[in-house]
Amino acid sequence: MDIAALLRELSEAGGVSGYETEVRERIAEAMRPYVDEIRTDAMGNLIGLKRGAGPEPRRKVMLAGHMDEIGLIVTQIEKGFLHFTEVGGYDIRILPGQEVLVHGRKPYPGIVATRPPHVLTPEERNQVPKMEELLIDIGLPPEEVEKEVHPGDLITLRIPCTSLRNERMAGKAFDDRAAVAAIVVCLEELSRLRHTWDVYAVATVQEEIGLRGAITSTFGIAPDVGIAIDVTHGDMPGVSDTDTVELGKGPSIATGPNIHPKVFEALVETARRNEIPYQIEAAPGPTGTDAWAIQVSRSGVPTGLLGIPLRYMHNPVETLDLNDVRRAGRLLALTIARLDEVDLSR
Amino acid sequence: MLLQKLSDARGVSGNEDAVREILLEEIRPYVDEYRVDSLGNLIATVRARKEPAHRVMLAAHMDEIGLMVVQVGKDGMLRFRPVGGIDPRVLPGKRVLVGKEGIPGIIGLKAVHLLTPEEERQVVRIEQMYIDVGAKNKEDAEAVVKVGDYASFDARSEVLGRLFKGKALDDRAGCAVLAELVKERYEVEVVAAFTVQEEVGLRGARVAAYAVEPEVGIALEGTICDDLPRKGDHTPVTRLGKGPAITVMDRSVIADRRLLDLLVRTAEEEGLPYQFKAPGLGGTDAGAIHLAREGVPSIAVAVPARFIHTPVGFLHLDDLEHTVALMRAFLHRLAESFPWEGRAVP
Repeated sequence: MDIAALLRELSEAGGVSGYETEVRERIAEAMRPYVDEIRTDAMGNLIGLKRGAGPEPRRKVMLAGHMDEIGLIVTQIEKGFLHFTEVGGYDIRILPGQEVLVHGRKPYPGIVATRPPHVLTPEERNQVPKMEELLIDIGLPPEEVEKEVHPGDLITLRIPCTSLRNERMAGKAFDDRAAVAAIVVCLEELSRLRHTWDVYAVATVQEEIGLRGAITSTFGIAPDVGIAIDVTHGDMPGVSDTDTVELGKGPSIATGPNIHPKVFEALVETARRNEIPYQIEAAPGPTGTDAWAIQVSRSGVPTGLLGIPLRYMHNPVETLDLNDVRRAGRLLALTIARLDEVDLSR
Repeated sequence: MLLQKLSDARGVSGNEDAVREILLEEIRPYVDEYRVDSLGNLIATVRARKEPAHRVMLAAHMDEIGLMVVQVGKDGMLRFRPVGGIDPRVLPGKRVLVGKEGIPGIIGLKAVHLLTPEEERQVVRIEQMYIDVGAKNKEDAEAVVKVGDYASFDARSEVLGRLFKGKALDDRAGCAVLAELVKERYEVEVVAAFTVQEEVGLRGARVAAYAVEPEVGIALEGTICDDLPRKGDHTPVTRLGKGPAITVMDRSVIADRRLLDLLVRTAEEEGLPYQFKAPGLGGTDAGAIHLAREGVPSIAVAVPARFIHTPVGFLHLDDLEHTVALMRAFLHRLAESFPWEGRAVP
């Protein structure tokens, strides 16, 4: 599988929380060869089912990676320029000078406006801009802008993926399309493995604004085991290594109150047996991932969490190592293939 | 389209070779002679229809603002400083190309989740920034980049109807205008100087004007266009789509009144739009040319460009074409309309 091409396609697709249609279509394409059934639920979650080889009734494992991304939304129009606010949590400091796509009557390329350094006062240069002061320019006359764009129209960042050295890559929405890619890798691996459980591969919606897609999709599937895959902070300058994991050293396996100890052990044991590099991530409280919602669905679900190391999260140049995505996918598949041996009692 | 080729070419001050090659290829069939001087200026002559004739120098600078690598860190990250005037607030989260080979890199920024409240309020200083090329450590980075390498923004140009999007519009717009002007012969001798190092102090134009010994000097620019809505009653420096911007006075030159009057008269007789650039801001090659030897009557004419000195900007193709039309008509009038003997007293 060309993992770089898949990541590029998924990351460059638009899919702001609540408006995941474009990216969902691309993910469905990528999953289709490896699943027996695929459907979209009422909230927009994409659910692929790959049946297990065991006798019915089969047990169910759910994999969840969210397909929504943070974005912007038009709030008002002033003299042909767009005011906007965020959907999810952008770092405002990356916005000035950024290229965007404004999803009006048709998509319009735009730029987050800046005033040139020649005209700035020293005080102005020293201020982090406020969201309400920023404007987007789509370069059209005001009367045309009024016709083509309306408050409530979505805005995505328009930045291609960048291939870096050492199979590293930067892109705008690896949070959490990297996890979706890992799930596709897992499905492909599973096509060569024997697994008795049914596998529900879910690309969830609306994670960034409150894990909402995971809430409904987990209820619908009622899995026996749930594993969320999300990104986790990778090493970067200015951040203590206590708060990060290393890029290129394998996925992180989380442990803490959000995580069922036996699911954790199963993931670690599988990694160890297959010599897949991994890192342990202690998560003492809310993980801020779909795992948090999966765990408390219905009467409770044994839940695990894999993290893909990612630098510069919520920045349009989020950076990862392709090997970590491959390893996460492989680890998931190999774990699923031996779920029958796993004792889930507490 | 020539402007697209010019905008996409990388030519940070001191490293203008790629831009010069494109221009040379474009103008070679039209000019009577050309040379490249020791600083890298491309100086080309279009002789007058009849000789002897008065000599006019037109200058457009090939260089653009950018970055230079000043250190390769142990962590493989490249620390850099600006080349020319850059507001550091436009740098985080942008794509760059480093060195001759154009190694892709991104300007990373500590994830927003990990910021302290104080950090959120602070502008990131350029000393805190770095370029990530995906290198694992210093040695790995030094396999592809070195201290002293230039980095330029990686923005791809696009024609969006009558709107042009691209980087380095200051001053590839001026270069595109000048490359058109040399395709005709006039009653004056036209010396086209595609200059270097404007952004670091008008250095190319200074030596070019000395060597050329012109009787009239004209700088062609892509200039500040800050016509965004703002609180308070501000007059923008120029407005997009309102025609060529004529400089009356900026930080580097007070325009020669006779040239100013002739430009205005030409525009009005030809029915071409024009605007005055609000006095006081910026500087151009005219600042260097007018002080060459014993002095040269000079002026600057510019294509308004939004978001200059940032990764990407907009210009209006009508403005570009009107600038070409105005300057062409002006050059045809100049021989008989300018009082060539001595300077007029205002």
